[in-house]
Amino acid sequence: MDIKEGEMVSIMGSSGSGKSTLLNIIGMLDNYDEGSYTLDNKIIKDLSETKAAQYRNKFLGFVFQSFNLISFKNALENVALPLYYQKVKRKERNALAMEYLEKVGLADWAEHMPNELSGGQKQRVAIARALITRPKVLLADEPTGALDSTTSYEVMELLREINKEGITMIIVTHENDIAAKTDRIIRLKDGQIIKSEVTANV
Amino acid sequence: MSIFDSDRWDEIFSALKKNKLRTALTAFGVFWGIFMLIIMLGSGNGLENGVTGNFGGTATNSVFIWTRSTSIPYKGLPEGRWFNMRNEDMEVVRREVPEIKYLAPRNQLRGFRGGNNVSWGNKAGNFSVMGDYPDILHINSMDIIKGRFLNHYDIEEKRKVVVIGTNVRDVLFGDKDPINENVKINGVYFKVVGVWKTKKSGNQGERDSQTLFIPFSTFQKAFNYGNVVGWLAVVAKDEFPATLVEEKIINVLKPRHKVAPEDDRAFGSFNAYEEFQQINGLFNGIATLIWIVGTGTLMAGIIGVSNIMLIIVKERTKEIGVRRAIGATPRSIITQIMLESVVLTSMAGYIGLLLGIFLTEVIAKQMGPKQGNSMFTNPTIDLQVALTALLILVVAGALAGLIPARKAVRIKPIEALRAE
Repeated sequence: MDIKEGEMVSIMGSSGSGKSTLLNIIGMLDNYDEGSYTLDNKIIKDLSETKAAQYRNKFLGFVFQSFNLISFKNALENVALPLYYQKVKRKERNALAMEYLEKVGLADWAEHMPNELSGGQKQRVAIARALITRPKVLLADEPTGALDSTTSYEVMELLREINKEGITMIIVTHENDIAAKTDRIIRLKDGQIIKSEVTANV
Repeated sequence: MSIFDSDRWDEIFSALKKNKLRTALTAFGVFWGIFMLIIMLGSGNGLENGVTGNFGGTATNSVFIWTRSTSIPYKGLPEGRWFNMRNEDMEVVRREVPEIKYLAPRNQLRGFRGGNNVSWGNKAGNFSVMGDYPDILHINSMDIIKGRFLNHYDIEEKRKVVVIGTNVRDVLFGDKDPINENVKINGVYFKVVGVWKTKKSGNQGERDSQTLFIPFSTFQKAFNYGNVVGWLAVVAKDEFPATLVEEKIINVLKPRHKVAPEDDRAFGSFNAYEEFQQINGLFNGIATLIWIVGTGTLMAGIIGVSNIMLIIVKERTKEIGVRRAIGATPRSIITQIMLESVVLTSMAGYIGLLLGIFLTEVIAKQMGPKQGNSMFTNPTIDLQVALTALLILVVAGALAGLIPARKAVRIKPIEALRAE
């Protein structure tokens, strides 16, 4: 499997097909036993936790099904958090976080706590947080799994816009209509890639 | 990432502030541990100060010896015979017992059948009159608050001078200056040269304030005591126990007064050294108990902190997973959790320390010797002890945070994120 820079790919498969495992390996959240994984010409294998954390911070952005915002931080602080781990000064990171919140259309909600936001809004905050480190790859694990279809489409549109700026996007989903909005669908079954089809979007 | 990074502190305080209940619970455990320790140590010290205050400045390596009636017939003399020590005995004792640091023969006089024996003008009172050597200052240490104490020349010239206690001054002179006034003691006039104040508290302190000192030689002459010595106050040299000196003096005196060597009743004595040792033993026992209980309380506090830290980490598994997914290193997570724990324990501990000290100060004010409670004086504690306890607690808090923090970073971020 080869994913090119700037591509927008979806990974599909029934539960247990290994799509989350694949995402975890790509996200350096998990190790793999066989094969190899190359990211930006670097072989990623058996990284120390510290190293993996640095790579994640630098190359990858994560978006989860359950949003995973930190509940006691407001939207702005949540978005700014990755920059805290990059040792960016507070003023700078808050300014940048505001910029990204504007980008996802939530500038007015900056001071709100996660439990005051709707599902779609939470996912937008999570996307802003994933983008703030200017990652090369955005990994989304069922980003629309917890959203109704209207909101799902809005989120997908947002992801597409981001993709147009050159960020590679890998989306795990089991919804065909979501997968259909990506450039390529990779189908998994029992841990094997069974099909890789280009969609009509290209 | 530096510990002094202000961002880091913001992270810590926002985490603590956003989780008020558990912060409060943890803080209370630590607060209570320190608070109880301070109160208990303070009470123990207060009791000890109170009781040793009754000793107040008495040389602890000292012994008092007086005569009683014999209990064994000896050299043709019957039992039940009364006898007195004499001035000549003093020279012999001084010569024969080199372990003596200070030797002060004493005599005492009180108003006959509780009647008044000391007067000035139309004021009079029943006071205790002591005939003493200046050395008594080293045995019964006292403050001279006005004028001077007896000296060598008073003894040699048998001067009729007197040093009066504070209560004597109040009764006879009120607010007037007593120095150079002549008071009448059993019909004989003495010039007041000084006023003294006891360092003891309680009943003994009360009695002390009603005591006057006149030169030993003058006492014998003015009140017809001949060369009789009422009793001896002796301080042993620091390297010898008072018990040894007591024994040697009595053995020197027995043959001089034809007392049977095996007669244990003829001489009475009070050994301040032994008394002091006993009380010391008692307080060592109390101190040990306090430390055992105090350490237990501290341990309870520490276990409380570590329990709550475990819960905190469990509760925050997901948050920790998120932080790691977005680039937090395990080290920064561990540091964050440990610092949260340390900040919490040290702040709570500090408040406990302050409140504990404040309460012991209030108790000191309410229950001090001025309120007539001589058994409880100055219940304050050694600040160093308190700070050590606090330090132990903070270190323990850090360790308490470390264990769950390490556990937290060992969980793979993805598992943490899935833990709903």
